[in-house]
Amino acid sequence: MNRIDELFARKQKNVLTIYFTAGFPQLHDTRRILKALQDAEVDMVEIGIPFSDPLADGPVIQQSSKQALDNGMSLRLLFNQLRDVRREIHIPLILFGYVNVVMQFGIERFLDTCAEIGIDGLILPDLPLDEFTHEMASLCADRQVHFSFLITPETSEPRIRALDEASSGFLYVVSSSSTTGKRKDLSAMQPYFQRIQQMQLKNPFLVGFGIHDSMSFQQACQYSNGAVVGSAYIRALQEVHDRNVERVTRDFVAYILQPIRSTF
Amino acid sequence: MSIEYRVGGIAPSILRLAKPGQYQVDEKGYYGQFGGAFIPEMLYRNVAELREKYLTIMQEPEFQREFTQLLRDYVGRPSPLYLARRLSEKYGAQIFLKREDLNHTGAHKINNTIGQILLAQRLGKKRIIAETGAGQHGVATATVCALMGMECVVYMGELDMQRQAPNVARMRMLGAQVIPAMSGSRTLKDATNEAIRDWVNHPEDTHYIIGSVVGPHPYPDMVARFQSVISAEIRQQLLEKTGSELPTHVLACVGGGSNAAGAFYHFLDHISVQLIAVEAAGEGINSGRSAATTVLGRPGVIHGSKTLLMQTDDGQIIEPYSLSAGLDYPGIGPLHAHLHQTGRATYLQATDQEALDAAFELTQLEGIIPALESAHALAKLKDLELKPEHVVVVCLSGRGDKDMDTYLRYLPKEFRTEI
Repeated sequence: MNRIDELFARKQKNVLTIYFTAGFPQLHDTRRILKALQDAEVDMVEIGIPFSDPLADGPVIQQSSKQALDNGMSLRLLFNQLRDVRREIHIPLILFGYVNVVMQFGIERFLDTCAEIGIDGLILPDLPLDEFTHEMASLCADRQVHFSFLITPETSEPRIRALDEASSGFLYVVSSSSTTGKRKDLSAMQPYFQRIQQMQLKNPFLVGFGIHDSMSFQQACQYSNGAVVGSAYIRALQEVHDRNVERVTRDFVAYILQPIRSTF
Repeated sequence: MSIEYRVGGIAPSILRLAKPGQYQVDEKGYYGQFGGAFIPEMLYRNVAELREKYLTIMQEPEFQREFTQLLRDYVGRPSPLYLARRLSEKYGAQIFLKREDLNHTGAHKINNTIGQILLAQRLGKKRIIAETGAGQHGVATATVCALMGMECVVYMGELDMQRQAPNVARMRMLGAQVIPAMSGSRTLKDATNEAIRDWVNHPEDTHYIIGSVVGPHPYPDMVARFQSVISAEIRQQLLEKTGSELPTHVLACVGGGSNAAGAFYHFLDHISVQLIAVEAAGEGINSGRSAATTVLGRPGVIHGSKTLLMQTDDGQIIEPYSLSAGLDYPGIGPLHAHLHQTGRATYLQATDQEALDAAFELTQLEGIIPALESAHALAKLKDLELKPEHVVVVCLSGRGDKDMDTYLRYLPKEFRTEI
């Protein structure tokens, strides 16, 4: 069973997913960050494949991608770093990247490598639905690698249903129309999250973009199965001056989760 | 034949529905294997709305009337087709210059911005964004926004803002906000990224006026149609001047490729016409400082479109270089990738030095200072095996006022002694 499915079978609320950019802050931090996130009891991790021109990303993730590329990161190197990751990491892992990098690597070879390593899901925000259906859907299904589409407040109901149908694992609900890392008050978005919940979709859904503290995490989780935190964690990593990724990660996750834990 | 009749007469062919042909975009937005709409979901609604409506709006009689009237009375079309006598003598063929440099704002870019602003109004948009490289598209966009009283934001690479300072001043005087793009090489690619991110963040009220035949479908087709007025006029003007609508050669420079797309458009199905596009080779194709996409590129995705793209093995986009700020783009429009792949058009490369030489030559022979971009097309006249019976049209896409700092820096000795 795919680890994403196992996760949602076990836990339907407040699923915490953290994003980080591979190769940032240091080229070989990937495994150390994954271990730190697992030890901090994060439910799932999105690993960002750095790209020179990340159109959906705001300045924080752009900057981390640039630094990762300057450090020498590539998809090939990332796969090498992840080669035996399943010896120590047991939480679901998702790769997030832009379609050009995957296309140059070769779609089939990319999916084969994902399956070998134990990658559970993919997000490629600039891959159109049509291309996915014709080029990737069956290749993903054969290898039990899930694929999540994004939806936004602008996405029509029939299109939400089509994207849900094509997705597996979970659906990624973008909190408002924006690039990543724009901090905002999510209280105004509650009717939108509620509407998605009431659509009774096939997949669980996670809310992402703009989740940066415990308040926004709680708001994002009210009607959803959980939320994704990205830019805020990258910012925390930027401030790791003593190289103590473990402590920073532990503190950051506690900061995001604290009020929810205290209410239980 | 009166000017009014000419402009009125060509309007339906500018905006006609594409007849299905191997060089036209298909229903899914592809030219052969190139094109499509590789966009994040945040842009889907806007791009889909445009895709569903652009052809219908462009067919409306009121739209056509307003578009052709503005092209005539505001832009100054038709632009002259000038037989360059001394240039012709030098190269031993009949060489005509299509004088897009004489348009209002000084380049072909305004053909497209007039079309798109009329479209944006009909889509109910209030705010316009654009990217710009040399600043010509930014100026053309700021101009039509002033004309229509719409808010205008132009993204421009920080390096280009230094290289093309006069155009920055013009945009500001026209009321546009010019925002420097600070990422990457701080040139056209990065300005385009920032404009796309702006659109992601303003999905409700904003229309993005892309300046070239790049971006997600329907942009490449829409911009090519607006620019196709160039080749529609060339055909009429050649008929009057030579007795035949068809030249033997059409030359145009290519960054993203909008003036070339416009100059080629009505000749695509006439295979007797040799279509020649000239890319910027910068300091040399293999110097590492170049923008010669058809030589150095492989299929990939940039700015929402699958096309030829300069990139690393890992799929990272390579920063292009050209002395000319309008040609340093790491991709080309998907139509051009298709014309290259099918062999319908020939893609040549001109270095910075070749373009400079051609600019000084045109200035000396004809008294016309061309844009550095257009000079790349002129630079390849010497490489064609021309004969007296050849009729060659060079698209002079823009004027050189904006490039004076560069030209003065590279001024040859014979010019200097005269100053």
